[in-house]
Amino acid sequence: MKITVEQVEHVAKLARLNVGEDEKEMFAEQLSAILQYAEKLNELNTDGIEPTTHVLPLHSVTREDEVRESLPIEAVLRNAPDEEDGQFRVPAVLD
Amino acid sequence: MSTTSYETVIGLEVHVELHTKTKIFCGCSTEFGAPANTHTCPVCLGHPGVLPVLNRQAVEYAVKAAMALNCRIADISHFDRKNYFYPDSPKAYQISQAARPIGEHGWIDIEVGGKTKRIGITRLHLEEDAGKLTHTSGFGSLVDFNRVGTPLVEIVSEPEISSPEEARAYLEKMRSIMQYCEVSDVKMEEGSLRCDANISIRPRGQAEFGIRAELKNMNSFRGVQRGLEYEEVRQAEILDEGGTVIQETRRWDEGKGQTFSMRGKEEAHDYRYFPDPDLVPVEIGADWQERIRAGIPELPDARRARYASDYELPAYDAQVITSSKPLADLFEESLNHIQDARSDAKSVSNWIMGDLLGYLNTNGLELNAVPLTGQGLGELVGLIGKGTVSSKIAKTVFKEMLESGKRPQQIVEEQGLVQISDEGAIKAIVVEVVAANPQSVEDYRAGKDKAIGFLVGQVMKQSKGKANPGLVNKLLVELLKG
Repeated sequence: MKITVEQVEHVAKLARLNVGEDEKEMFAEQLSAILQYAEKLNELNTDGIEPTTHVLPLHSVTREDEVRESLPIEAVLRNAPDEEDGQFRVPAVLD
Repeated sequence: MSTTSYETVIGLEVHVELHTKTKIFCGCSTEFGAPANTHTCPVCLGHPGVLPVLNRQAVEYAVKAAMALNCRIADISHFDRKNYFYPDSPKAYQISQAARPIGEHGWIDIEVGGKTKRIGITRLHLEEDAGKLTHTSGFGSLVDFNRVGTPLVEIVSEPEISSPEEARAYLEKMRSIMQYCEVSDVKMEEGSLRCDANISIRPRGQAEFGIRAELKNMNSFRGVQRGLEYEEVRQAEILDEGGTVIQETRRWDEGKGQTFSMRGKEEAHDYRYFPDPDLVPVEIGADWQERIRAGIPELPDARRARYASDYELPAYDAQVITSSKPLADLFEESLNHIQDARSDAKSVSNWIMGDLLGYLNTNGLELNAVPLTGQGLGELVGLIGKGTVSSKIAKTVFKEMLESGKRPQQIVEEQGLVQISDEGAIKAIVVEVVAANPQSVEDYRAGKDKAIGFLVGQVMKQSKGKANPGLVNKLLVELLKG
């Protein structure tokens, strides 16, 4: 599978990454190579095999619905870029 | 504009907050109204290195809801990451379900214009809620993460809803079912029930769908109906003028009564779902399913049918009363305190649909805000039946019951409201009134039957409303004719 420069731009935009003009071609080639490598798996016959979502032989790991203590507000806001009235302040967004 | 030459196609996405005590993947409380960010922890704040652990109760509620919507339950369900950047989502992805939702292929029946219509449910899946953004005046937006991680089920309908009225009926039925199942508070005003809609129109007879708009921000049942009605007309006008509807997200503005394009939030709808590596699949085995199914109570449709057959309640009454579980419970509790439930069911229904709902609507109250009990209402209907109070006085007693929570017998005694059914006592007043109103007596005798109404009114007034109106009428006629 060949990744195009346009696809690199699209993915970069979705991931909010700034990719330089000179890098786009490079990433397109590298990503293509990675996918090409993974394509080797297509040589296997996977008819009738459920897609694997996890490799661990575990399922239904759950907890009881019991309240545990939350963080103190000072700790919550310690990593806030900016704050106001106990809330995180971020650049204005339209809803 | 000619909306009649088009038909409307609507699909609804309903989000229901499950009322677990804690969030879906951490032990933070889900209590509504706490100070901002005080119900958060490293897990729901999306700090690096933390691991989510699934709340078992959330799964049970979701399965219960899916069963009540007649869905097929997945034997194995798993969680996926839905990736997007927005400040209300601290991890930059929402844990949701794409490939293996909890339930699929369900349906509910709705009633519109006296007809029943079945609407398909495509899927019901579990996911986590996002945070709450407040937009201040120009100095940025504020984020409260308390709501992040509140368990939600998203319920997607088939595009089988054909009018805004049907959309509202669907949503109201959805609310009832969730309320009966006791999986959610289902309060639209608190956001525990939310609705987005996809709506398109097409010329009648055309097989393929028209281009749809996605409608958001409809925060009430009325808002959903009005927003969709507005959108129907807007799209018809575009097509009438030979234009093309643009596929976009539009925001309903309740105050302006219009929808607006949400430009500025340019979303690619490319969420790159993939299985969440931090959460293992959930196996919903037959035993677990049966245990959950056993906990599903009688649902609104079944109750409605039972009220019609057991109590001969008119279809409309049965629908209004069963649309809300607290109302239906009140109705049944009242009948438990009545001698002949079958013959008095309609009276109980009248009190509920007339005086009670009227009082609640006028005062903007929910049923749980008034101290009325089913026992009280049952006793009141009993007092009317026995002739202890007149129906007119009963209205005063009922209002007092709604305000003080006192039993009707107590109110009647305290305020001396017992109906006068003693013929002698009434006759004394009748004689007095007849003597004082010769003109009306003359009118009546001259054939103006209406004049008796005035005389009855005077007797009632003199007795402070307590005279038995039937007796008053009878004694008056006897006296005037005799």
